Amino acid sequence: MPRPILTRLLVPAAVCLLLPLSACGDDTTEIKVLAAASLTESFQTLEKQFEDDHDGVDVKLSFGSSTTLAEQANDGAPGDVLATADEKSMDLAVDGGSATGEPTKFATNALVLVVPADNPAKITGFDDFADSDWVRCDDEVPCGRLAVSLLEENEVEQEPVSREVDVKSVLAKIASGEADAGFVYASDAVAAGDDVKMFPVPGADEQPNPYFIATLDQSGDSDLAQEWLDLVSSDEGQKVLEEAGFSTP
Amino acid sequence: MSDSLGRAPARLLVPAGLATLLLVLPLVSLLLTAPWSMLGEQLGTEALRQAMWLSVLTATVATGVCLLLGLPLAWVLARVDFPGRRLLRTLVIVPLVLPPVVAGVALVSAFGRTGIIGEPLRAATGLSLPYTTAGVIVAHVFVSLPFVVISIEGALRSAHQEYDAAAATLGASRWHAFRTVTVPLALPGIAAGMVLAWARSLGEFGATITFAGNYPGTTQTMPTLIYLSINSHPEAAKTLSLVLLLLSLAVLVALRDRWLVTS
Repeated sequence: MPRPILTRLLVPAAVCLLLPLSACGDDTTEIKVLAAASLTESFQTLEKQFEDDHDGVDVKLSFGSSTTLAEQANDGAPGDVLATADEKSMDLAVDGGSATGEPTKFATNALVLVVPADNPAKITGFDDFADSDWVRCDDEVPCGRLAVSLLEENEVEQEPVSREVDVKSVLAKIASGEADAGFVYASDAVAAGDDVKMFPVPGADEQPNPYFIATLDQSGDSDLAQEWLDLVSSDEGQKVLEEAGFSTP
Repeated sequence: MSDSLGRAPARLLVPAGLATLLLVLPLVSLLLTAPWSMLGEQLGTEALRQAMWLSVLTATVATGVCLLLGLPLAWVLARVDFPGRRLLRTLVIVPLVLPPVVAGVALVSAFGRTGIIGEPLRAATGLSLPYTTAGVIVAHVFVSLPFVVISIEGALRSAHQEYDAAAATLGASRWHAFRTVTVPLALPGIAAGMVLAWARSLGEFGATITFAGNYPGTTQTMPTLIYLSINSHPEAAKTLSLVLLLLSLAVLVALRDRWLVTS
């Protein structure tokens, strides 16, 4: 009789699967921070700092695209803090009612030109990249719109060989040497370390990408959430962000 | 629900019904929620016409290449006995289980500008596949070829080798037997494999974007255009998906009477 045997095996297995869920009720408090992917390195540093300062608090970081995170927050996804890499996504969360209180601008990220470490096209800066095989983000994504605006301002008429779907794809093409030059955010260039060389883009400082942070309506502990915001805006937090390539207000 | 063998058992009918629902429901939902009124406007845009043309072109060329390369490989796997045949068959199937993005990364490491073959090729000839329509086709062939090989090999195996043997006893060379006996017998499998490959190519996204990049008119196919629209214009993305869905349905329906009816 195969069925009873199967049942006898399955029931304990199912019970085992459920056990960890019921074991969750210990005395650590958890705050969940939804943050734009470009904040990965800096927020991970701040996570350690926050947990050192707050006994029994566990910070959970969830990284993704700003728009996706804002939409998830509006759908009631569990979270205490939302940090976005643009104003539009934060507006989305405010309009959707999930971001409570006034969103704070806590950093900006300027667009930079990067080339592979061995610089195969021998690019010396923004003045001579345009005739190489270069890439940028597509017009449909924020980093692409910013690149287009800066390229127009600097009267660059040459076209890229590819319009990538996101800034990480641009960085990957440069770091692997598959393209001669590309436009990424300063924080991405810093995160790539020795894999890329970075050049400034004229006018980029006047068109920085603003980062916003706000507490979420669904937060179970809004005081603790506010403390995360305070840490990010503190001198300590701002120093971590600057080291990661961001500019601070 | 019953024939001379008796009633069809519920334990088969119920999962069959669920399977149908699972496959049909999302597509029906897409049809129901798509902004049909935007269809006309979308069809008029340059971006869509370019992407559509490029998708059809690359899928068709890739299917042709798949046939030229896949039929001989399927024949070798089905008809030639050699050590390592099972290993070869496994290797041929691997791209089927690879996530398409990984397939793209693999293609970059082989044919990219810094790839094992790509770098010397570029140094010697100045040619390189990334950022070109040819690169898109290579990516499509890579992901579609296994479908063609498996499908044709299956057809060759079920078309018994005795017919080849009979042709040989009548004095036909192996090449002559291949053309006049083997291929005609395997034709339904060949056709099915080509339809699968074409459909797989038309929907291919991950390997293409990773290997060939994205530029309108050169490398931007329909799936990339749809993916990029999702972030900023979700409604437009639905309309574009609709166009792709209708296009593939049209082709499948057009081919159905000739090739896809199994009874």
